[in-house]
Amino acid sequence: MRAAAEILVPGKAGEGEALVLTAPISFWGGVDPKTGRIADVRHPQHGEVIAGRVLFLPGTIGSSSASAVLMELVHNGRAPAALVLHEPDAILLLGLIVAREMGWETPMAVRLGRDAFETCGGRVRIAEDGALTVSGE
Amino acid sequence: MSLSLSPEERAIAARQDGPGMAMRIVAESACLLGAPRLIPIASTHIDGALYHGDSGTLFAEKLVDGGAKVAVRSTLNVGALDLMGCSRIRLEEPQRGMARRMMEAYRKLGCEQSWTCAPYQAGHRPALGSDVAWGESNAVVFCNSVLGARTNRYGDFLDIACAITGRAPDYGLHRPDNRRARLVFDVSGLSPSFLASEIAWPVLGSLYGHEVGNAIGVVTGVTGHPGEDALKAFGAAAASSGAVGLFHIVGVTPEAPDVETILAGPEPEAVIRVTPEIVAKARAGLSTAAAAKTIDAVAIGSPHLSNAEFESLERLIAGRRLAVPIYACTGRHALAVLEQDGRRKRLEASGVVVVADTCVVVTPIMPELGNGVLMTNSGKFAHYAPGNTGYAVLYASLADCVESAVLGKPVFTDIAA
Repeated sequence: MRAAAEILVPGKAGEGEALVLTAPISFWGGVDPKTGRIADVRHPQHGEVIAGRVLFLPGTIGSSSASAVLMELVHNGRAPAALVLHEPDAILLLGLIVAREMGWETPMAVRLGRDAFETCGGRVRIAEDGALTVSGE
Repeated sequence: MSLSLSPEERAIAARQDGPGMAMRIVAESACLLGAPRLIPIASTHIDGALYHGDSGTLFAEKLVDGGAKVAVRSTLNVGALDLMGCSRIRLEEPQRGMARRMMEAYRKLGCEQSWTCAPYQAGHRPALGSDVAWGESNAVVFCNSVLGARTNRYGDFLDIACAITGRAPDYGLHRPDNRRARLVFDVSGLSPSFLASEIAWPVLGSLYGHEVGNAIGVVTGVTGHPGEDALKAFGAAAASSGAVGLFHIVGVTPEAPDVETILAGPEPEAVIRVTPEIVAKARAGLSTAAAAKTIDAVAIGSPHLSNAEFESLERLIAGRRLAVPIYACTGRHALAVLEQDGRRKRLEASGVVVVADTCVVVTPIMPELGNGVLMTNSGKFAHYAPGNTGYAVLYASLADCVESAVLGKPVFTDIAA
């Protein structure tokens, strides 16, 4: 599958295994900033690691320190390869905006219709222009 | 609709120094939020100085090195350390040193060393109708609802960037039309004695947050002003259980002289009629250790204790010796008053641990017990303590918290809704 996604925050082109979250997540308290492991025991993808994955997010909840956790993941080299959201999340994406200001290499964040999330499994590549390619298993 | 910056804002954003970085952060956030422009702000309250990892410290130091200073009055929320030395924080090196560097960087940026989540009781009270950029959920909801100043929920990094630029994106609760209520939360079915009790407001706040989520509601059926500490407790609990940024109470909060004035339309979209049964369930939901036979500690002061709340604490302890510690979290504004006449020393002699500049759910203070039980009168502590401290919680009034601390086991006085 190929799709053109709108770039929300520019960054490095990324490729990785898709990780499609099936419930919204609170990054603060929900994702370990040192490892990228989903620490929220109530989350359906609890135990998965977001580092290096193309992360499909159906929304975030909770603390406004989500930006701090995402920036800490970038700083620790444990950020996702790319983030795919169905709507812009200003608090979370601020983590990427500030990390870029710090001169750190950041993944790209793009917007894609939520109905397209289900078809995204296997290996996903997001090019610099936001073009998203799913190469399957 | 795209963001339009003034020539001055564009010129600052083009700079390679600290103010330039701050302006680009505000402008990029405004783009993501769909704000058409930036607006001037009168003050900020900054939650970004709490240590979550080294990157936040490096960010604050980069702003300092780039010559940035806050352009408006800026108070600081809690940090990860008790700089007043009242309590012992179990944060180890190197995190301890990085947390201290972070607090120091925010001081150098020109922020006031208030270190409190209740800045509104420490002399920072923006005027009704003024635009401000505040962070920390309880401070935001109090600022909007009780003071009637206008702010969105400003998260880490954006709060200090707004402080340096003196500007914020024009969207959300800065716009008067977005401040009107769509839901009615009617408490007229509850007894006046319950509404006059201390536990009413944290319990109702927790219920309110669950029911309304991020919508704006108006509370009806309240006769008489419940007092500022009650509104503080209501807002903090509501902002923990839901994404509440603004509430109204008819006849109490400044934007709601009556229902008609504050409702967005002729009729509310929904009316939530609160019954004694619903309240009993909400109250039970604040506890996770209902069967506990003993308690290990009591924690109060989320939001930070006011002087009036310390007076209640002293009156209830009445010089008795506590069997388990009461952690009493507060800010320097209240501590300064408490230091007079040896009041703090007397409380400590009873077994109270005064915690200043920070609190027990954001940094390690209480001993790690594995299966500890904590009693609290704060809806916010009840919400966050299990996840952040590992303690199970029991929710009770301040009077019951004190009696339980004296005995080392839970005591409950029945207060029917």
